[in-house]
Amino acid sequence: MSNDAAFVEFQRVQKSYDGEVLVVKDLNLSLPKGEFLTMLGPSGSGKTTCLMMLAGFETATHGEIMLDGRPINNIPPHKRGIGMVFQNYALFPHMTVAENLSFPLEVRKMGKDQREEKVKRALDMVQMGAFGSRRPAQLSGGQQQRIALARALVFEPELVLMDEPLGALDKQLREHMQFEITRLAHELGITTVYVTHDQTEALTMSDRVAVFDDGRIQQLAPPDLLYEEPENSFVAQFIGENNTLEGVVKSIDGDSCVVALDDGSEIDAKPVNVHKAGDRTKVSIRPERVEFNKERLHADAHTLKATVKEFIYMGDVFRFRLSVAGNDEFIIKTRNAPDAVKLQPGQEVEIGWLAHDCRALDA
Amino acid sequence: MLVAPLLLFVLFSFIVPIASMLFRSVENGIVQDTLPLTVEALQNWDETTGELPDEAVYDAFVRDMIVAIDNKTHTRLGSRLNYEETGMSSMFRRSGRKLGKMDPETDGPFKDQVIEIHDGWGDPNTWAVIKTHSPAVTNGYFLNAVDMRRTPEGAQSQPEDKQILIKLFGRTLFMSLVITGSCILLAYPVSYLLANLPMRVSNLLMILVLLPFWTSLLVRTSAWKVMLQQQGVINETLVWLGLVADDARLVIINNQIGTIVAMTHILLPFMILPMYSVMQTIPPTYTRAAKSMGATNWTTFWRIYFPQSIPGIGAGSILVFILAIGYYITPEIVGGTKGVFISNRIAYHISSSLNWGLAAALGTILLAVVMLLYWCYDKIVGIDNVKLG
Repeated sequence: MSNDAAFVEFQRVQKSYDGEVLVVKDLNLSLPKGEFLTMLGPSGSGKTTCLMMLAGFETATHGEIMLDGRPINNIPPHKRGIGMVFQNYALFPHMTVAENLSFPLEVRKMGKDQREEKVKRALDMVQMGAFGSRRPAQLSGGQQQRIALARALVFEPELVLMDEPLGALDKQLREHMQFEITRLAHELGITTVYVTHDQTEALTMSDRVAVFDDGRIQQLAPPDLLYEEPENSFVAQFIGENNTLEGVVKSIDGDSCVVALDDGSEIDAKPVNVHKAGDRTKVSIRPERVEFNKERLHADAHTLKATVKEFIYMGDVFRFRLSVAGNDEFIIKTRNAPDAVKLQPGQEVEIGWLAHDCRALDA
Repeated sequence: MLVAPLLLFVLFSFIVPIASMLFRSVENGIVQDTLPLTVEALQNWDETTGELPDEAVYDAFVRDMIVAIDNKTHTRLGSRLNYEETGMSSMFRRSGRKLGKMDPETDGPFKDQVIEIHDGWGDPNTWAVIKTHSPAVTNGYFLNAVDMRRTPEGAQSQPEDKQILIKLFGRTLFMSLVITGSCILLAYPVSYLLANLPMRVSNLLMILVLLPFWTSLLVRTSAWKVMLQQQGVINETLVWLGLVADDARLVIINNQIGTIVAMTHILLPFMILPMYSVMQTIPPTYTRAAKSMGATNWTTFWRIYFPQSIPGIGAGSILVFILAIGYYITPEIVGGTKGVFISNRIAYHISSSLNWGLAAALGTILLAVVMLLYWCYDKIVGIDNVKLG
């Protein structure tokens, strides 16, 4: 996308807290209006720092952050007009829910009638209309979460930042809120930057996901591409379940290559960021793309011998742990279909895969 | 079982003394014990007529005194009655020797003889005082403590020149309030810094707060004496700078200013510590949240931060106020006559005038005032809102 359409833009942003170690290294990122972007990464990867720089609570050591075409490095947080949802909600304990929501409107010197109307509308939006007179401490975690969301949206900001807002909720509630948040964000057409370390959350909610590690964006892509076509081994490992085998590239032939694994066996793979024969590589293959039905593979496809170590019944899927080429943690998943094969521990099988499902990545 | 040692310690070192103090403030057995016959004989005498009691009273008095002089208790009775009527002590002491030589069976009648020994015995008022203070349980000390006295006509105000205690109570309360107020003003910014600065800096600052806290109270008070006196550091500096003329040095010691300055300094840590521990628990995300919603720094502070720090102010204020109201050493050293507290008066009655009953009554009133204030505070602010850590 062109820079003109960018609503939020990071240009070569660097951040260091102590003047020595860069927490954020050369960050370039732009997102158009209305996009739901998730910053995903392990803790310490710099994602929260990026969010705080955007909110104005941290200043960039280098580079420029633009909001709607204007540089905002020197604008204090309270003049940026960015809504924010915090990790622990940060609802003011000495105010009622309605007062909490009314606060951003009061500081904008809005009239009383208008305030009450907007507060009511925001509460209805998150289905909390009846809770206006309660104190935050009287609400459950999920309810507090809704109030925090309503409070970030009540003054109609164009950009909303969320810092791991669902971290404290149980699984079911979290899934429900994921849906609510995306629905609201799309309905209201607001641009959202969402920070999380939960990859399921990132995949299910976002238009695009930026995977952070070591202060850099490792990959910026829509969820499906991120899962199916990871560009490096960090992303492959971090997103979803993944099997890794290590070896050396033996030959590259356009769209496919042969990798000699460390135990001497050979497999087919798709070269992604290996460039020549002799490069060390980690090949990545998703558990659900492994085949042990030879008839579905190419006649000349390479196969590997494997020993079943463990069978785990998970209801909708079967999960097997295998020992493959010296890797005891090789996982295979099959759908629980009528014709599904149940492998028994100790059984020897031959496994293989389509070359383009197996990606040869950096070592 | 495990709390038993502490329980016993508290019982004997704290609860028993307080109970005995409460008891002492109303206890008045001495008149009855020393002059039992006289007290009985005085029941038939009407003190409001202005006439002297009859021979029976004098007869009983001589019999009582002979026993009392043998036991050497008559001087103690004299001191006790001296609190009520000046001169009684010397009257008892001087009459002692001659009364002791009398024989109650043969030497009567006694009325004129006794008046001969000391003409005080010829004053109806003397006998009125003895009769008024004869009950074993008296409210006399409490009346004294609020500038009143027990008279034959009931409770009456002390003469103007003796009314000092109410004023002293008022001054104690007022100055404690001023000290608490100035502690709040000084401690709040410091606590805020302590709670919001990076760990390394705030630890250093904390040591600066605690260092005087660990220093002896007497040393700190004496230091203020050096600072504040007319030839002291502050005055010398001001004179040297030319801000104050040499012959118009500031009088900032031995008055209320001296007490307020020194006590504010001494009690400051008791305000800072609870404030700090409350402020430490206010997460920085609250201020961030407020700013992200468009609040300026001031609005954020006033609407979000300050209300949440109130429990700290409450805890610190209670602590400082209660400590201040019973303070003794500092006002004694830097307070002069204008800056002393009620505790100094209590100490005076305990160690100089030996009027323990009055001291106990004053102490009881002080205790009651503190408990009343504590109760009011609980009603208004709620003691649950007080956090010390």
